[in-house]
Amino acid sequence: MALAQAKQTATEERLASMSLPEMCGCTRAAREDALVRVREMGLPGRRDEYWKYTRPDTLISAEAPHAVVFDAGEPLIFEDMDNLKIVFVDGVFSPEESDDLTLEGVTIDRIEDICHKDIHWAKELYGKLEARGQVPVQRPLAALNTAYAKDGVAIHVSGKPSKPICLMYRHASEASDAMLHHIVRVEPGAEVTVLEIGPAASRFNKCMEIDIADNGTLHHVRAQGRDHERRAVTHMFTRLGEESTYKSFTLTANGVLTRNEQVVELTGDNAVAHVAGACVGDGDFHHDDTVFITHDAVNCESRQVFKKVLRNGATGVFQGKILVKEGAQKTDGYQISQSLLLDDDSQFLAKPELEIYADDVACSHGSTSGAIDETALFYLRSRGVPHKDATNMLTLAFLAEAVDEIEDKELAEEIVTRLEGWLARRS
Amino acid sequence: MLEIKNLHVQLEEEDKQILKGVDLTVEAGKVHAIMGPNGSGKSTLSYVLSGRDGYEVTEGSATLEGEDLLEMEPEERAAAGVFLAFQYPVEIPGVGNMTFLRTAVNAQRKARGEEELSAADFLKLVREKAKSLKIDADMLKRPVNVGFSGGEKKRNEILQMAMLEPKMCILDETDSGLDVDAMKLVAEGVNALRDEGRGFLVITHYQRLLDHIKPDVVHIMANGRIVKTGGPELALEVEHNGYADILAEVN
Repeated sequence: MALAQAKQTATEERLASMSLPEMCGCTRAAREDALVRVREMGLPGRRDEYWKYTRPDTLISAEAPHAVVFDAGEPLIFEDMDNLKIVFVDGVFSPEESDDLTLEGVTIDRIEDICHKDIHWAKELYGKLEARGQVPVQRPLAALNTAYAKDGVAIHVSGKPSKPICLMYRHASEASDAMLHHIVRVEPGAEVTVLEIGPAASRFNKCMEIDIADNGTLHHVRAQGRDHERRAVTHMFTRLGEESTYKSFTLTANGVLTRNEQVVELTGDNAVAHVAGACVGDGDFHHDDTVFITHDAVNCESRQVFKKVLRNGATGVFQGKILVKEGAQKTDGYQISQSLLLDDDSQFLAKPELEIYADDVACSHGSTSGAIDETALFYLRSRGVPHKDATNMLTLAFLAEAVDEIEDKELAEEIVTRLEGWLARRS
Repeated sequence: MLEIKNLHVQLEEEDKQILKGVDLTVEAGKVHAIMGPNGSGKSTLSYVLSGRDGYEVTEGSATLEGEDLLEMEPEERAAAGVFLAFQYPVEIPGVGNMTFLRTAVNAQRKARGEEELSAADFLKLVREKAKSLKIDADMLKRPVNVGFSGGEKKRNEILQMAMLEPKMCILDETDSGLDVDAMKLVAEGVNALRDEGRGFLVITHYQRLLDHIKPDVVHIMANGRIVKTGGPELALEVEHNGYADILAEVN
């Protein structure tokens, strides 16, 4: 079907505002295919069902809306911890600020560099999971990223690196419009922790494709924030092999628009995928978690745990789906999305979905929206805890189920400590 | 210590008078018990004193050592020395019992201008107090009251009371839902806190708790008022004859 004229115009305007990277090397074919996909699908519009709750206008406009660079007055979360830092400033790799990229058990290359080499695994992965993830729901901004992203890293994990790999995204210019594409391949039995931190840019489009082979494990912990005016659309495409594990947690604080999509495909038996998120937003904050988990193997487990704390008119969105394909017996799927609304002006929009074609599965889902529990609040206050502190304690308690999804206790504690600080400082 | 004069209270949301002129004075070092039939206003009195929302004081006063309690926020009352042991202690998933206790103790110390307890000092203190109430390390680690048995919840209330060392302890039906052994344990915890500088207001339906926590004064509350006051023998009278005789006599 031909695209509506308005959509086609908007798409061509956006494409005209960008330049394609030098078309060579192992990503060339993938980029060309992606560009065809973008033109076929058109960029998201307000009438698209998948964008019903989140307006894509500012994500597709030819120019990125400006965003003031925010001085948080503290280092980025995890910045002071021991990890291998790969720094991007406004979406451009910064060799000066980054650590040496050699680490035992892992090989890290810039996407730009692999373009000039013919790396087999990268060729097999770049753009491939994104393309698979376009069915049954279209994700044009991910295809746009595959075609146009000039920077990013290719991480090949063959062992168990001794420390996390930390992708650090600094925001330096008010007019920055950044696009990064990362690919990660975890070989059989290998294990890695990937961290992503920082506001990135005024507008940020990030795509990460993760391929986890049998018995492989990838832990992903991300902290998006805390620039107020930033916008971001991110896609994580993950494919899991037999007995493999993927655990992802995202903390989001501030930002006028954040859309995080997680597309997970369990293709090997006994695989485990947990995706979780906690966000704290205020005022014109808009945060959208869109998750699509496909069970296509036997005895796999998936968990989605999303918690949002909203106030002063902030908006939270959750679109989460579990698709259990025919034959994916013994599937154990769990999905919970909850919001804590600290006033009457904020809103939470949730669309939980289950689609099941196997007859021996256990899938549960729940979604709630509520205020602070007044009885619990009184209980804390009656013990001498001031109103604000008591509210913050209950807020953290609300987020705890999501934060608990982080396996590494040190990382989890750091998240909680930061959250405590942020909550305590806000009026 | 605690002085309540002509206290009238109604529910905020409906025009229903619950307390209709309560007069009560609890002296430091004394244990006062309030007994009375269901719906007489006992629990309301405890909530109003500790500052729960939903009640409107239409007349009268309540002071602690001369300070007007009714003007204070719940946390200010706590810092001033009021403690309510809840009839139904609240479960708070996600908040560790230990974190809760430490936050409460230090918040009160801060409000009173005292130095906060260090982590080490706090730990030492809480372990010591928990031991005498047979509260194990696991209960301290778990989220506040979550998955606690009825007895454990009540012991946890007494532990909080022991840690916070309030001046005025209000126990709202602390015996409800307890078996005999648990009740003894809770009563021992309370008795250990009896002190010349501390007042107690023990709200109960039954005499049996008062076998373990011996009151100095017993009040009978009915229809929003204290209708009779006497010594411990008054509780025994209730136990033998029920409330009907007393109420008939008063009316």
